[in-house]
Amino acid sequence: MLQFSFWDILSNLLIATQWTIVLSLIAFFCGGIVGLILLFMRTSQIAPLEWFTKIYIEFFQGTPLLMQLFLFFFGIALFGVEVSPWTAATLALTFWTSAFLTEIWRGCVESIPKGQWEASSSLALSYIEQMRYVILPQASRIAIAPTVGFSVQVIKGTALASIIGFVELTKAGTMLNNATFRPFLVYSLVALIYFCLCFPLSWWAKKIEGRLNVAR
Amino acid sequence: MSLVSIRDVRKSFGANEVLKGVSLDIAKGDVVAIIGRSGSGKSTLLRCINGLETYQSGSITADGIEVAGANTNLRELRRHVGMVFQQFNLFPHLTAAENVMLAPTVVNKVSKAEARATAAEVLAKVGLSEKMDAYPSELSGGQQQRVAIARSLAMRPKVLLCDEITSALDPELVNEVLRVVEQLAREGMTLILVTHEMRFARDVGTKLVFMHHGKVHEEGVPKEVFAAPRTPELQQFVGQVG
Repeated sequence: MLQFSFWDILSNLLIATQWTIVLSLIAFFCGGIVGLILLFMRTSQIAPLEWFTKIYIEFFQGTPLLMQLFLFFFGIALFGVEVSPWTAATLALTFWTSAFLTEIWRGCVESIPKGQWEASSSLALSYIEQMRYVILPQASRIAIAPTVGFSVQVIKGTALASIIGFVELTKAGTMLNNATFRPFLVYSLVALIYFCLCFPLSWWAKKIEGRLNVAR
Repeated sequence: MSLVSIRDVRKSFGANEVLKGVSLDIAKGDVVAIIGRSGSGKSTLLRCINGLETYQSGSITADGIEVAGANTNLRELRRHVGMVFQQFNLFPHLTAAENVMLAPTVVNKVSKAEARATAAEVLAKVGLSEKMDAYPSELSGGQQQRVAIARSLAMRPKVLLCDEITSALDPELVNEVLRVVEQLAREGMTLILVTHEMRFARDVGTKLVFMHHGKVHEEGVPKEVFAAPRTPELQQFVGQVG
């Protein structure tokens, strides 16, 4: 039987970590773009758009991410379209991330005083122009810390993609455990790698928050 | 023809009717001072003129545009109707010059250089040439309010709405703002001011409007109205604040 040394286990986990990082980045950036579009819809004061985003957000926040992964993985297949674990994981994580980011950002937009909207309206700016030039530049400063903080949730959320067969850090851990029967060692390493990915982000988010509190 | 024409406007917030049929005509070059107790509907009336508030019945036209018309382009209306607020509402992430330049560049598609020249001109007019690159947080309340006036002027409005623009200022800063408004009045700008500055209303205003319980209770030439108020409500009001 093939023998795995400590370094074999670690190097295999680190190779799989790349996929955790790639999936996290894609989910975060695609989720950010979708989230930004949803944010414009959510704060547009156009009733149908607001209702759509409300239902969208309720759905993705109110159901487990694991169910969403299953729905994308098995659900789309029902329509005769072959879905790879990679596609299903990307889609589910993107939509899930966008729902949370929209809500985080909506809070930031709503924290901008009403007078900013009134002043920019009175200057004949349209809604999109108000957002672009007046509201978002101010709201984004407030949004950085909670957004970075949420990226930690995204990284940890990618672990669930292992269940539909996507080989990232957690899935690699499971496979290595099956081959080595050293669960404590393997999962300790997996946890340590997740921590090394997440801790700098949490630390950074805290630091930004502290800096914003003293800014003008 | 009047520049702003208000006909029998009614407005309710829920069950509370705040404007109970207001009519007013404002001609080009008028300086209209609207006075009255808080809750008399004077700020609401002002905010209806540029569509910040909607109204349930009646009509308002500003520069020939029906404010609440079905096909009204509020953006077009607001290009010609400026507004200055009690709380200044400057954009804190932009410098004084950038605050002034924003609407001309974004709405009127004027070039940056031209907008900057306009900003220099209007900021000079309000006496803040040397503060062009200062952020709002670096300015006093009076200076911020003068930037806010300059920001409205940069759009070359035909009428300027001023909503209690000195009420949030420390007493020693009130005059620097009033001097700017007085200067505008002398230059022929059409102004509609909701104000508590009675002396200013009397000395600079061409028309005084006293609002009471959501109606125009008394109006006329300020000096005459102040000298001989016809209604007991205005007599009492002038007695209290004067």
